[in-house]
Amino acid sequence: MALSTLTFYLFALITVGSGVVVVFANRLIHAVFALLFTFFGTAGLYVFLGADFVAGAQVLVYVGGILVLMLFGVMLTNRIYDLQILAERVHFKRSVAVVGVGFALLATIIFRTPWQMVEGVEPASTTVSIGRLLMSEYVLPFEIAAMLLLAALIGASMLASRDNEEGDL
Amino acid sequence: MIGLTHYLVVAAILFSLGVLAVSTRRNAISVLMGVELILNAGNINLVAFSKFSDVGISGQLFALFVIILAAAEAAVALAIVLNIYRNHHTVTVDRLHSLSG
Repeated sequence: MALSTLTFYLFALITVGSGVVVVFANRLIHAVFALLFTFFGTAGLYVFLGADFVAGAQVLVYVGGILVLMLFGVMLTNRIYDLQILAERVHFKRSVAVVGVGFALLATIIFRTPWQMVEGVEPASTTVSIGRLLMSEYVLPFEIAAMLLLAALIGASMLASRDNEEGDL
Repeated sequence: MIGLTHYLVVAAILFSLGVLAVSTRRNAISVLMGVELILNAGNINLVAFSKFSDVGISGQLFALFVIILAAAEAAVALAIVLNIYRNHHTVTVDRLHSLSG
């Protein structure tokens, strides 16, 4: 009991702490690497919630895909040697005030609502049931997601390709 | 004992950080990172509700679809950012105010 609580707080600390670094880091590259730890911490929280497949997908897609894309974006849009990758901030105090009010509102809602919690679900492997649901009840969203990914793939490569004449954005 | 509210608080903090990143950062890639934080916060909520309520495994499926959408969004957005950098030589979002290049 105590060990699991400790593990939860460890993962939550990793997630929130590196999220803070993402927002407040001065160098863009530090923010990207802090985002790596945020994604890993979130994957740990998913494992803690008994969602092993989602945790695996999180590590594969976010860490393996999106984060590498972000790194490519940072490297390609900045000259890394001239130290201009300082991430600037604008409207800082006003944003902090607005976000603070929003967070207070969220926290009030979270703590005031009498959540109906169902306990006692044994953690089991979810991969089989997710696969069954994807092929039966959620087959239409699944196929639409596949089409979306195909369209995003073609669109991204069209947008980023250097030698299209009329593709000037 | 770790309950639903713990996860909701973590997700709320992550969401607030994401909104803060979107509203204060000027670099387009930093804004994208804020969006990813917001999507992660939503995902934590979905998976937590999937465990602590009786909706079963549907919440995890929704989280999976959110991950798919985030991947597509990041790919297209970074392609756009690269194109903007090629044409304007900057990715500072408040210096980009013309659509026709």
